Amino acid sequence: MNKVLIANRGEIARRIIRTCKARGVATVAVYSDADKDLPFVREADESVHIGPPPVPHSYLNVEAILAAAKSTGADAIHPGYGLLSENESFARRVLEEGILFVGPTPEVIGQMGDKLTARHIMEAAGVPVVPGCEQAIDSPDEAAVIALSIGYPVMLKASAGGGGIGMHICRDEAELRQAYQSAKGRAKAYFGNDAMYMEKYVERPRHIEVQVVADQHGNVIHLLERECSIQRRHQKVLEESPSPFLDTATRELLCNAAVTAAKAVGYSGVGTVEFIVDEQKNFYFLEMNTRLQVEHPVTEEMTGIDLVSLQLDIADGHPLSIKQEDVKALRHAIELRVYAEDPVTFLPSPGTITLYQPPAFEHVRIDDGVETGTQVTPFYDPMIAKVIVSGATREEAVQQAQSAMHHFLITGIKTNIPFLQEVLQDEQFRAGNYTTWFVTERGAASSTEKR
Amino acid sequence: MKQVAANMAGTVINVLVQPGDEITEGQDVLVLESMKMEVPVQAQASGKVVEVKANIGDFVNDGDIIVVLE
Repeated sequence: MNKVLIANRGEIARRIIRTCKARGVATVAVYSDADKDLPFVREADESVHIGPPPVPHSYLNVEAILAAAKSTGADAIHPGYGLLSENESFARRVLEEGILFVGPTPEVIGQMGDKLTARHIMEAAGVPVVPGCEQAIDSPDEAAVIALSIGYPVMLKASAGGGGIGMHICRDEAELRQAYQSAKGRAKAYFGNDAMYMEKYVERPRHIEVQVVADQHGNVIHLLERECSIQRRHQKVLEESPSPFLDTATRELLCNAAVTAAKAVGYSGVGTVEFIVDEQKNFYFLEMNTRLQVEHPVTEEMTGIDLVSLQLDIADGHPLSIKQEDVKALRHAIELRVYAEDPVTFLPSPGTITLYQPPAFEHVRIDDGVETGTQVTPFYDPMIAKVIVSGATREEAVQQAQSAMHHFLITGIKTNIPFLQEVLQDEQFRAGNYTTWFVTERGAASSTEKR
Repeated sequence: MKQVAANMAGTVINVLVQPGDEITEGQDVLVLESMKMEVPVQAQASGKVVEVKANIGDFVNDGDIIVVLE
């Protein structure tokens, strides 16, 4: 592999460029009109303009991206996360052009992208899945019968959905019948696929995921877990590892289940197996992400392993250079996602960054995509930076995170830094005692206080 | 005069009211899109719509007045 084209933007493009530079691999950035002045475009060895700001015309424009790879002689494409990273037909097109795709095979992407298929594979492999139905549901009547057999509350889900989109909690039949029609319509509009299925709704769960790494020769290992329960709008805002909730025995079971899952699908590359964990520490397979994740630096800072470098080795056909016994939790790591958004309402806040001054201390890593003067446009995700801290203990990591947040200066746009500071000060968070309801419950508590 | 303001910066993707409509507090009057998020803007007061200051495709800033009520 001599030259990698990065089919992405912002912080993740910079992140990939960093590892490529360290390995002596040349990089090609692709960019839309809105991104032409961003740091990732300058930092790549070459850059190719691929179209106007809306993603269907640029970052999702497969032919423009392939043309950029051809014209620059790139021999590999790294899709980053989001955008085309889990698009089966894109991966296939890349391979058809004789270019390496940094990720698993198109077949695996397709299988794990369909939640029902993924569920079937996991169940057959003996990985625990949330009690639920095995087929697409055809009518509200059928939904009602299934819900009765599972027991309320149930979660109605779009088979092609993800990231919290297309999910509805139903506590009784009336709610289910109503949700069924609207959810089906929305699934059709959003994902072009209106297949719906149903699962038992787990009350007060934790979202814990396992990083897996697999080469093309059948070797699969895990890089321990990440706790991702602090979410707003069903999207993660703070992740940490190790999880403060897991005991050694549960951790081992969970990580082994993830390895079984990866083996069951014939996975290759880095991937993440997401689980939902209940209050009794029962865990269930949720989905598998067949790409590098936003929160991958948590694992990197905890274990000292460069995941992008592993991805490139695997794509190049090398066997894994690390063994399971080499993987150790050396430190406690926390990632905070800095979003251009209102810290109270979480509504987007695009605009011009008039001053950007990230903290620079030891054990504080900043993965960002902006600088002073950057226009944060309304076209893309609101995440502008990730702050990854680590400490010898969780307490030390939390203190480090507080200090980093205190010294992070961004003016011109609203950011969620005040919100992240509140999370870090929260007693329940400090005690490691939180669920995916943390933000919702805190919001309810603070609005009661105001009254 | 009562008015309805945008609750975030974004592009207008749908306008749900027109001059002459009687609207009630909390009713959706417009849908904004920004940073991969669709957000309905709700009327902060009830009344008759006198003027809609935004069209589909317009970019509005947080706090911009988008609907004027009688």
